[in-house]
Amino acid sequence: MMQTKSNVTLEETRVQENPKPEPDKLKKNIENEYCEVKVENLNFFYGSVQALFNVTIKVQEKGVAALIGPSGCGKSTFLRVLNRMNDLIPKTRLEGKVSIHGENIYTPDTDVVNLRKKVSMVFQHPNPFPKSIFDNIAYGPRIDGLKDKTVLSEIVETSLKGAALWDEVKDRLNEPALALSGGQQQRLCIARALAVKPRILLMDEPTSAIDPIATQKIEDLIRDLCTNYTIIIVTHNMQQAARISDHTGFFLQGEMVEWGKTSSLFTNPEDQRTEDYITGRFG
Amino acid sequence: MKTEVLNRGIVFEKKKSEWRGYELVGFWALRSTLVLVLFILGVIVFDIVSKGAGVINWEFLTQPPRVGMTEGGIFPAIVGTFYVTVITIAFAVPLGVGAAIYLNEYAVQGKFTRLVRMSVRNLAGVPSIVFGLFGMAVFVKIFGFGPSLIAAGFTLGLLTLPVTVTASEEALRTVPKAYREGSFALGATRWQVVRTVVLPRAIPGIMTGTILGLARAAGETAPILATGAAFFLPHLPDSVTSQFMALPYHLFIMSTQHHAISQVRPIAYGTALVLLALVCILNLAAVLLRKKYRDRVAKGL
Repeated sequence: MMQTKSNVTLEETRVQENPKPEPDKLKKNIENEYCEVKVENLNFFYGSVQALFNVTIKVQEKGVAALIGPSGCGKSTFLRVLNRMNDLIPKTRLEGKVSIHGENIYTPDTDVVNLRKKVSMVFQHPNPFPKSIFDNIAYGPRIDGLKDKTVLSEIVETSLKGAALWDEVKDRLNEPALALSGGQQQRLCIARALAVKPRILLMDEPTSAIDPIATQKIEDLIRDLCTNYTIIIVTHNMQQAARISDHTGFFLQGEMVEWGKTSSLFTNPEDQRTEDYITGRFG
Repeated sequence: MKTEVLNRGIVFEKKKSEWRGYELVGFWALRSTLVLVLFILGVIVFDIVSKGAGVINWEFLTQPPRVGMTEGGIFPAIVGTFYVTVITIAFAVPLGVGAAIYLNEYAVQGKFTRLVRMSVRNLAGVPSIVFGLFGMAVFVKIFGFGPSLIAAGFTLGLLTLPVTVTASEEALRTVPKAYREGSFALGATRWQVVRTVVLPRAIPGIMTGTILGLARAAGETAPILATGAAFFLPHLPDSVTSQFMALPYHLFIMSTQHHAISQVRPIAYGTALVLLALVCILNLAAVLLRKKYRDRVAKGL
């Protein structure tokens, strides 16, 4: 009941907002000046099943934000809201407002292709294309129309260096990416995402399919990258969230139960459910 | 200890003897069906090869028929079949692959796409003579092509379309979702995803499926009967609107319509052998292509 009510108010505000976008936009920009990702009253539906309830979150620029919670709690769905990957799933529906760098990304005019270049994504299972290492990294710039071989080579080199993979693969750029180990493949996918020059990197359990040593490398990499990028990472692993993130959000059954500084959320959780989860009482 | 082991052995033997008989019956019944199928196939191939191989020589493959088709070769029929197959490819491949890409990559999956898929599959079961009559009505009459290579090629194209669409769709469907997502997440448009990630991966499947469809079309008689195949032509077709001779139709004539059937029987067998070889070559090409691309996929490129 509560849910329905808030949805209605949301619809109303949206209707009111639409006729005069100019002052509204101005207001939005001021509001979001230092806010990289801002989600307000987000409700998300797969068909008639609601997956996210009234999620509100503000993520600051740079740094790592971790989303934790048990399987099926909606954290991956939430992540995919941020670059509109859920658009690819039929019969999904969204209510609420999602802004990236002060811009609402769910308007009819939103350039989804451009959005995904700014908000790139790394998946749970490393998914390099069945192409060479070079072609994998050059993929993003190439679909953008870049053909110049020297420029492409530079981008490939900086991206691989950025993902701490350059030294391992610099002599075999023309070999198939699928010949790399799982951890290397995942760093390749990170490099591939860096090559499109994103602002935000979304990572959906990027180390869950990878061995502990490779995981550590990727965690170190994430810490390095977060000085230049805003990273939002979904993880099953609470220790990982504690190790690498500045802020942590705890999701439970489609609700964001708690959001705060990682240090305080893990040592001094405000919500009983968060405490139960991080102390291992369930999940 | 010893007796226990012994007893256990006996128990096992008893159990085994209970099912062993059924197992043997099933094994041999199934094996004999396979042997029977292979035997029939072998008889047919042996019959054609043994009776047809004798007439195959350079002249048979490169000369037109002479003396009321009782002598000479089948060159115009080979060329005609080749031409009509090329037109079939030009018609069916872009159309079939395009439709499959739309159905699998663009269309919103639902009742409508299910209905379309069902219709396409049912189309594959329509008798080829029906395609032939349709081709005559549409391409020969309404479009005004007249009996010609292009009318026959289009008709055969229609015949292979269901195979092309279905095979292409299967091939597209086997491309892992992870590749598509990876590409979308880098800001690719749908067409870029299809062109750079999905198609390169699906092309081997599309090609093998299409070639198998073509192999069937190349051997069809009924669809070309009324749309352009000629009983006898002294010269090769010089444009897409010319009539043409074709191997399957020539075979049909030589075995049922000729005025001296028993005299031309060897030529009929020779024609059958050439047609068989052609279809085998096409199928072999499909197998080799598939192997080549499988190796490439295994290498990860």
